[in-house]
Amino acid sequence: MSKKVLIAEDEESILVSLEFLMRSDGYLVRAIRQGDQVLLSVGDFQPDLVLLDVMLPSCNGFDLCKQMRANTEWTGMKIIIISAKGRASEVQRGLDSGADAYVTKPFATSELRALVGQLIQ
Amino acid sequence: MLQTTVVVLASFAYLGLLFAIAFYGDKRAESGRSLIANPYIYSLSLAVYCTTWTFYGSVGRAASTGIGFLPIYLGPTLMVALWWFVMRKIIRISKANRITSIADFIASRYGKSQLLGGLVTIIAVIGVVPYIALQLKAVSSSFTLLVQYPSVVAEKASSVPVLGDTTLAIAIMLAAFTIFFGARQLDVTERHEGMVAAIAFESVVKLLAFIAVGIFVTYGLYDGFSDLFSHARQLPDFNALITLGSGMSYGAWASLTCLSMLSIMLLPRQFQIAVVENVNEAHLRKATWLFPLYLLAINVFVLPIAVGGMIHFPDGSVDADTFVLTLPMAHQQQALALFAFIGGLSAATGMVIVETIALSTMVCNDLVMPLLLRIRRLRLAEQNDLSFWLLSIRRAAIVFVMLLGYAYFRLAGEAYALVSIGLISFAAVAQFAPILLGGIFWKEGTRAGAIAGLLAGFLVWSYTLLLPSFAKSGWLAIGFLENGLWDIALLKPQELFGLTGLDEISHCMFWSMLFNVGLYIGISLVGRQSAAEHSQATLFVDVFKNTVDAPGSRFWRGSASLPELFALAQRFLGPSRAERAFAAYARKRGLKSHQELKPDAALVSQVEMLLAGAIGAASARVVVSSVVKEEPLDLQEVMSIVEESSQAIAYGRKLEQKSRELETATANLTAANERLKELDRLKDDFISTVTHELRTPLTSIRAFSEILRDNPALDIAERSRFLGIVVKESERLTRLINQVLDAAKIESGNAEWKSERVDLAELIEEAILATAQVFTDKNLRVSADLPASTPSITADRDRLMQVLLNLLSNAGKFCQPDTGVVEVSLKVELNTICVGVRDNGLGIAIEDQTVIFEKFRQGGDTLTDKPQGTGLGLSICRQILSHFEGKLWVESVPGHGAAFFFSLPLAAGEPGKSSPVGE
Amino acid sequence: MKPSVRGQRLIAAFLFGCLAFDYPILALFNHEGTVYGIPMLFVYIFGVWLLLIVVMAIIIEMPD
Repeated sequence: MSKKVLIAEDEESILVSLEFLMRSDGYLVRAIRQGDQVLLSVGDFQPDLVLLDVMLPSCNGFDLCKQMRANTEWTGMKIIIISAKGRASEVQRGLDSGADAYVTKPFATSELRALVGQLIQ
Repeated sequence: MLQTTVVVLASFAYLGLLFAIAFYGDKRAESGRSLIANPYIYSLSLAVYCTTWTFYGSVGRAASTGIGFLPIYLGPTLMVALWWFVMRKIIRISKANRITSIADFIASRYGKSQLLGGLVTIIAVIGVVPYIALQLKAVSSSFTLLVQYPSVVAEKASSVPVLGDTTLAIAIMLAAFTIFFGARQLDVTERHEGMVAAIAFESVVKLLAFIAVGIFVTYGLYDGFSDLFSHARQLPDFNALITLGSGMSYGAWASLTCLSMLSIMLLPRQFQIAVVENVNEAHLRKATWLFPLYLLAINVFVLPIAVGGMIHFPDGSVDADTFVLTLPMAHQQQALALFAFIGGLSAATGMVIVETIALSTMVCNDLVMPLLLRIRRLRLAEQNDLSFWLLSIRRAAIVFVMLLGYAYFRLAGEAYALVSIGLISFAAVAQFAPILLGGIFWKEGTRAGAIAGLLAGFLVWSYTLLLPSFAKSGWLAIGFLENGLWDIALLKPQELFGLTGLDEISHCMFWSMLFNVGLYIGISLVGRQSAAEHSQATLFVDVFKNTVDAPGSRFWRGSASLPELFALAQRFLGPSRAERAFAAYARKRGLKSHQELKPDAALVSQVEMLLAGAIGAASARVVVSSVVKEEPLDLQEVMSIVEESSQAIAYGRKLEQKSRELETATANLTAANERLKELDRLKDDFISTVTHELRTPLTSIRAFSEILRDNPALDIAERSRFLGIVVKESERLTRLINQVLDAAKIESGNAEWKSERVDLAELIEEAILATAQVFTDKNLRVSADLPASTPSITADRDRLMQVLLNLLSNAGKFCQPDTGVVEVSLKVELNTICVGVRDNGLGIAIEDQTVIFEKFRQGGDTLTDKPQGTGLGLSICRQILSHFEGKLWVESVPGHGAAFFFSLPLAAGEPGKSSPVGE
Repeated sequence: MKPSVRGQRLIAAFLFGCLAFDYPILALFNHEGTVYGIPMLFVYIFGVWLLLIVVMAIIIEMPD
């Protein structure tokens, strides 16, 4: 059974590209644009990995990450934060909030794919 | 009851009790619960002033001179009133400089002069050792008398062998006591709590004993004072006893008062108790009235006992000095007699103990140590641990002083030289008065002046008082007394230069003080101070100004290494004490260990002070200089330091004003700095936001470029869709960059503004035409409601066009396709012209209606689709309008569309003038 | 009470004592009379002495 990836990204064009990349790597993909849908979708979709944008409308990605990590049912789930914020303090904050990896925009697609593959296979 | 064994046992039991009290006092001090840290103990211990010379001798003096014994106690009472000025200062100076004796004090004041310290010590020993002998004699004779009970007439003692002498035993016990409680260990403060506790106890015992005898005589033998005095009228010379004039002149009365005023401070034992053993300066306050009260109490019954004795032993067979003992004995009051004897014993032992400690400290620190340190052959200064040496010398000095006293007592016997020693002693220490009092109130006194004055005073004292007393004892040819030295009448010791009519004490005091004070002041004024003298003089006289500073550090320059200084302290204090002292000092400086200390001037003077506690100020200076490569300050330099500070005071006012100005400037600077910081933060935020906004389109562009590269097999539809996104995102990026540059230009004031006539209606139509494509794409309806003619305004046409295009494209973006309607209106009001752009889209949430005009803020989450935009458009519009003194605002009800309005002033204004780069 | 005031009062007490205990004031009481059978000078000196002590105690113990 193929692995499931949840993409939370409010920037339409980036969302499209991520969706394409994940699908072509054979993952089952669900895409959402709103921060407040993330937790619902995780419970519903049970993804193996979440690609999470930090600046989502109505929700802060760091807080979402913490909330996901606080739920013990989802401990096996991997989280990659994707953000346009690249300062060291922000990277640290992302990792502190429980993310498995922090990717800054713009990213190399090959590296992102490798990272995802590494984390869930 | 009063057999020898009983008296001996009682004596030794009493001394045992003293040991116990002193031991307890030391224990309490070690556990930090000081027994003596209260003003009552301090006041009682000051009563060490009252020796056997008071206890037995006052009655003797009263029997011969009547009330003539009183000046000895009135003087201290008067002096104590001045202690607030004098003693408080001496104590403060001594604490600040770790002074351990009066010799140390004087040596330290005059540039830490070893010569002066030694001289004071010698004078003190010569003047005071006989006084110790007098105490031993009193113990001895009272003992002899007591054991002869019931006989009250002292038989001429058949000479007692030294070994069987109780007095020697007592002297040895006192030496042991003094060593045990006075020199058990080296203490930097040189305080002996146990000893002080014992002395205070002794003061209580002697007072109670004397009052007990007094009450027995006054109320036991007689019916109160008036009965006693009425009986006394039968005495042949009673009137001489109760008046002044025949027994003693007013002049002698006054000079004795003065003499005792000085003695209460200058006797080594008084200095020891009042200054060195002082725990707290504040104790001086209660002592100011408690100590005189003690003196009064112990003197009330002196005259009654004297006249009682004279009535009772009319034939003069009984020595008046023994009335305190013989009156109870003659009335078979054995217990009272024993108590009186113990009282006398306590008066003697208290004096002997304290005096011995004081003298031995002086002998050790100001005489022996300086000499030993000078003998290079001993290489003492290089030894690792001198604490053993110091203690040994101190202990040896105690035994030496005690034995000297005993030897003098054995040799002098009943000689005049011993009996009259009380006042002679007072006169000797009075020689310290000018240089000590001058030293704390007069800065100009020099070392040379002090030495000359002291030496002259001492020589005159020796010649006019000491040698005559030897002559009267038969130890010198009496001829020199009667005919003068070399038979020169002018040199008669007690009629010097032909001065007659004074008693011997007044005579001595006059001449010695004349020479002492005269030479001290004269030579001080003629000579000059060295830098060291000047610095010490300032420290002493200005002690109340300086005590917060580390004393001396201002005037020390020098370099030393920490290990050297530490090794030095170890040598004299012993390793553990040195370690503790350094650690305490480091803690005071806020350092973790003494290893972190810097060997600066402050540390050097701290070490010097530590050593001063152990070996005296003068020796400490020599020793410290041996490791400190001291660069001596010359007087010129010190004077310049002093002058600088006085100039500083003179300019204080100006300085204050300057500092106020400085404060204001600082406040302004701080505010400016805050503003700069705020700007800096804003700039940071701006850059961070801009980069974020740049990264977003860049991310899409890169992602799709890589997808297209890596997937050549993509179908054509998808390929063109992806390429479309890339193009769109590139355009977005370009737009963003242009707008950022534009915004930056406007903000920095570097934008170029044209000022021209603009017809707004015409401009609106143009703008609608330019954006027509957007509206037709989404199938929106656009309408413009424009008046027929509008007044023109002055502005930059292109910029206004930019505003209109922005508002129109925004409206287009937020309208639903097909049903969307955009209405443009133009109204002319009083002196403004107002343009509105209304759409029927989703509207803007209330909380977003102000933030949308800020940079990179977009109304967000009420929209299902994120608007395409940079977040800079409205911000730029607002800045353009405010440049032309116009306004931009929005009115919107969420769900019912939004209306953006801007207004501009009509052409009457000259908007160009507000522009920094206007035409 | 300011320290300087306290100091000045103590000096005044000292001067009072010097005056009372010396010629010529002392001479006023230097006669053979008695007070309740006790010699005049004896009573005078001890009386002034006690007074002086009380005065000093009051000066020194007065709260600051």
